Amino acid sequence: MSKPIEVDDASFEQKVLESKIPVLVDFWAPWCRPCLMAAPVLEELAKEYADKITFTKLDVDQNAKVAAKYNIMAIPNLIIFKEGKPVSQIVGYKPKEELKKDLDAVLK
Amino acid sequence: MTVKAKKEYDVIIIGGGPAGLSAGIYTSRARLNSLLIERGVVGGRITDAELVENYPGFAEGVSGAELGQLMQRQAAKYGLSIVTAEVTGLELKKEKRVVKTTRGDFTAKAVIIASGSERGKLGIPGEKELTGKGVSYCATCDAPFFKEKPIAVVGGGNAAISEALHLAKFASHVIVIHRRNQLRATRIMEEKARAQSRIEFLWDTVVEKIDGKDAVKQLILRQVKTGKPSTLDIAGVFVAVGLKPGTDFLKGVVPLDKAGYIITNDRMETEIPGIFAAGDIRQHSPRQAITAAGDGATAAVNAEIFISQ
Repeated sequence: MSKPIEVDDASFEQKVLESKIPVLVDFWAPWCRPCLMAAPVLEELAKEYADKITFTKLDVDQNAKVAAKYNIMAIPNLIIFKEGKPVSQIVGYKPKEELKKDLDAVLK
Repeated sequence: MTVKAKKEYDVIIIGGGPAGLSAGIYTSRARLNSLLIERGVVGGRITDAELVENYPGFAEGVSGAELGQLMQRQAAKYGLSIVTAEVTGLELKKEKRVVKTTRGDFTAKAVIIASGSERGKLGIPGEKELTGKGVSYCATCDAPFFKEKPIAVVGGGNAAISEALHLAKFASHVIVIHRRNQLRATRIMEEKARAQSRIEFLWDTVVEKIDGKDAVKQLILRQVKTGKPSTLDIAGVFVAVGLKPGTDFLKGVVPLDKAGYIITNDRMETEIPGIFAAGDIRQHSPRQAITAAGDGATAAVNAEIFISQ
């Protein structure tokens, strides 16, 4: 599990909310440049945090239900879920080092 | 990502926008061993621009993202190394200049600082709390979330007008709130905005507070001249104000002006030998991609002369 997994409206509950380990959801869309630039950073982090945090991505264009439920109005938007609840949210493009701080905080 | 980046270079360039990439093209072609350090997106702030229409050579305009990628490709062709890291400090040690970063220290004979400027924040109640819930700093990212809804843009420069024009394709109407009674944006941008019926202007007005619980609902405004307060119901607010230089890591090393910009001469030299600056980070920069690119080239040529002496 080194690459972020695609999740959608249908699989969100099972893959994200019912996960035993924390799950990061990358809310993104193809029109968003910073989202595309964040993707390789998240791929690297997915490798570094393998087995600790599951990395997923959800296209807000295709999956309006989940995007609306979590009130997504700005992307890139990363939400980390722990035991089915959002515990951390990062809005906007952030460099890798800063993201690591947020990830480590969730794991503490 | 460089696995084992070399540590010693002829030139280190801090910042990967048009200034830094142009400098990199010139130093690499001069066969100077060159490293560019960028903390975020290579291409810099220009990558936020939907369409750049004033960069010579692109008669039909070019997206900021594409312009950034083209510059990066051109620099890479001549051997410029690029590393992703945040610069935390700069030290002078005899003949060497040490650039401290989150990925360790790098040394060089000359350093070109081209780390640009960042978008400012309004610094008002509600802004931080509602970021991502209707407060946004990137229209090209978030405009589609506000289809047929009323939106405000705060600012009066090119960035603000460019955002307003993009938002007008989605929103029911766009209200540009500006603290003065005229725009700072280029005339042609202003003409475009005035011709767009969905864009309105609120002059001499500042935003005092952003209200809303789970999403932005209302702005509390104040008329600057009369002091009169008012409210404005909107679904989103895009902030495009106050660029500020990212020079905190340089305090005490390189002379800065009061606002934090680097002071240079017309050779892009700072007072410190071997330290150059280029682009938006320089005092009195017009903050255009083309002037930044020009600064970068000038800095690179003079860095080459400095190293050969």
